[in-house]
Amino acid sequence: MAQEYSVLIGGQAGDGIRLAGSSVARLFNRLGYWVFAYNDYQSLIRGGHNFTVVRASGKRVQAHRNTVDIMVAFNQETVEKHGWRLKEDSLVIFDSDNVKAEGLGLPLSETARKRNLPLIVRNTAALGALASTLGLEFHLVEEVVRSTVRRSVEENIAVAKEGYDMAKGYRGFTQVHAVNNPPRPILSGNEAIGLGAVKAGLKLYVAYPMTPSTPLLHYLAGNADELGVTVVQPENEIAVIGMAEGAAYAGVRTMVGTSGGGFCLMVEHLSLAGQAEIPVVIMLGERPGPAIGLPTYHAQGELFFPIFAGHGEFPRIVVSPGDPEEAFYLSAEALNLAWRFQVPVILVADYSLLESSFSSFLDEDKVLVENPKLWTGGGEYKRYLLTGDGVSPLAFPGTVGVTVKANSYEHDEYGITTEDPVLTMRNAEKRLAKSRTIEDELRKRETVKTYGNMQADTVLVTWGSTKGAVVEVAEEHDFGVLQPLYLNPLPVWEIEKHFSGKKNIVCVEANSTGQLARWIRFHGFRVDRTILKYDGRALTVDELEEKIREAGV
Amino acid sequence: MGLRLEDFSTYARNTWCPGCGNFGIERAAKLAFAELVNEGKIRRENIVMVTGIGCHGKIADYINVNSFYSLHGRAIAPAVGIKLANPMLEVLAFVGDGDALGEGLEHTVFAAKRNVDMTVIVHDNRVYALTTGQFTPTSPKGFRGGSTPRGAPEEPLNPIELMLVSGATLVARAYSVNLNHTKELVKQAVLHKGFAFIDVLQPCYTFFDTYKYYGPRVYDLQKEGHNYADLDAALAKAREWNYGGEEAKRIPIGVFFKTDKPTYEDIVLAGRSLREGVVPSISRVLQRSM
Repeated sequence: MAQEYSVLIGGQAGDGIRLAGSSVARLFNRLGYWVFAYNDYQSLIRGGHNFTVVRASGKRVQAHRNTVDIMVAFNQETVEKHGWRLKEDSLVIFDSDNVKAEGLGLPLSETARKRNLPLIVRNTAALGALASTLGLEFHLVEEVVRSTVRRSVEENIAVAKEGYDMAKGYRGFTQVHAVNNPPRPILSGNEAIGLGAVKAGLKLYVAYPMTPSTPLLHYLAGNADELGVTVVQPENEIAVIGMAEGAAYAGVRTMVGTSGGGFCLMVEHLSLAGQAEIPVVIMLGERPGPAIGLPTYHAQGELFFPIFAGHGEFPRIVVSPGDPEEAFYLSAEALNLAWRFQVPVILVADYSLLESSFSSFLDEDKVLVENPKLWTGGGEYKRYLLTGDGVSPLAFPGTVGVTVKANSYEHDEYGITTEDPVLTMRNAEKRLAKSRTIEDELRKRETVKTYGNMQADTVLVTWGSTKGAVVEVAEEHDFGVLQPLYLNPLPVWEIEKHFSGKKNIVCVEANSTGQLARWIRFHGFRVDRTILKYDGRALTVDELEEKIREAGV
Repeated sequence: MGLRLEDFSTYARNTWCPGCGNFGIERAAKLAFAELVNEGKIRRENIVMVTGIGCHGKIADYINVNSFYSLHGRAIAPAVGIKLANPMLEVLAFVGDGDALGEGLEHTVFAAKRNVDMTVIVHDNRVYALTTGQFTPTSPKGFRGGSTPRGAPEEPLNPIELMLVSGATLVARAYSVNLNHTKELVKQAVLHKGFAFIDVLQPCYTFFDTYKYYGPRVYDLQKEGHNYADLDAALAKAREWNYGGEEAKRIPIGVFFKTDKPTYEDIVLAGRSLREGVVPSISRVLQRSM
């Protein structure tokens, strides 16, 4: 079994827990480990309880465990809430200035206070102490601090060194050895989605802040110049998608991002994109609903919603990445397909994918801007020209001799409103033809992923970031795993192939009704049972092990 | 020979009621477009009309220029997106009063607040006509319609006043019967660099016939020496008529306010073009993530 370590860092909101977790992940990354960092935070700004679990392993890991090897506690609540995660040989590093616990108590707050630095600087002291207990050389800590801290860098390094030296009694308590891998970028799903879209020609990102999509808004805005993208925050989600559709009509590749509540507001415009044939990509970040639900937590409750949202019948594509690498390629593919077929594409992503950090390798040369069907001149331009494949050539306003009429009403080929029954039927058939064209194209692409032993009798079926725990557990049990990357159209041709002869088909997902299982059954396949998790937290490896044991899978 | 009004017509059959005030707006818009193109001030292919849903929206079918026939209340947000995508375009949102002051009020206020370089033309008939006669945000209190047989319980909204306090940089009112005056205002609005708003009083012959009401009351602000550079004077003139009923004596039309401010797209784009096709490398961003 590969060497692996789990570290939990806990404190209050405002303590910089996420950043501290990121530094720990970077530390292991420099040693060649694959890392996964799960962030648990509440819907508040100060106080409360936040924690991050960083899991590092010699093999790829994309989920966390319940147990931890080291706990770093900045407040008492961390010790009280997470004591159950400690094993016999686990170590607690705590800020002895305000925490009582057994283990390695260090005056972490004091390191910042005596230098008149903000309290948050104690995180750097903790990082130094942690590195010491892991038996690491200090230069690794220094590198990480330089790569993450922007202000008072030298002072932070001094604080880190102090933490490192203070912990010398525990030096090498949990000795970590470097593994022979190069460091990899550590990305969240949000970041990967932004980067993928940029590589497929994204020029305008429009969003209204809403967890868990807000980090995408911040990431693209913060890197706007380097990524060549313009970021706009309008008055609400209706304006968000309205603006995006206007920009797309005028020829600009555009994406919007939101969560379930914001997507609710966008739905009328989704239908407009279907009728007027406007390419737009919607990143739908899932969190537990209904309504406001648990704003900063995890769920996969929105499988049916993007597939069925919107009045009327129109083609749409729904994609579902399970890790940042898939998010990168699928986000690019979403934008390309939206433009090739002039349809809305919804990229649905759960909280843990969007807000956790994963070691990732992205090959930007693998992504191309695929050309849409453009009008090449000659004759009169018809925005909605009837074609065999249901896709009409695009032209944009500003083109000499061309009038581009987009229309939300049923319309003729020029885009003039009609109520004619023959045209009405023809347009419906145009949309059906487009659906067939899309499916033909998807049959040529990777629409599902498989892992583990696909010859086994048991196959676990999952979607989104739940695959992290599922793949790991399946590999241990010698099960197969099927993960659809496309939810609509559902790649039935792949499911048919992979389900053939299976004795035990189990859907694992983070909702209470088994939406993926129902969707697969809707298409005429058998699903034998479901393993569901709906407490707002992402499935851990240990939990899935237990659920599989209980279910007798 | 220059373009004529007929050159902007389409083959679509017009379905507005005989006597509808929309005809005046359609005519004024076509004439304004023809003259602006003929004068070399704009290019025909750069004109984009965005419309909402209601009787007004049909204008998208009747004028042969680029158009985006949107949803009810949702003309202005796509219009802003179009302008960001291509600032060379002359973007005009033709909207209804229920459409842009009711269903989609927030977009109207925010486009004004941002000073997007675009024109909003409200076909303000003060009634939901296509849905057969209900009160709208600008209907007078007491308006009797299908949903308010005892009269509308609400005071009307004054869109001129609202736009003045929202940051619009050109605020005007027209009366659809005064074709030449309306056309000139449309031309001025198109040429204005910033957010231009024209509330066009437009009688609905079928559900709210206001021809006799407006006729004797409207007067041209510009003929009475109104100083449109003065916001306070503009607000005072805006309050001269609060979209009420018989008690009102005079209704000012013309330009209430005009000023210059940086436009939204100039600030947001900062010289960038969204239509250039260069795809950047992400290798440095990835490097920083390690």
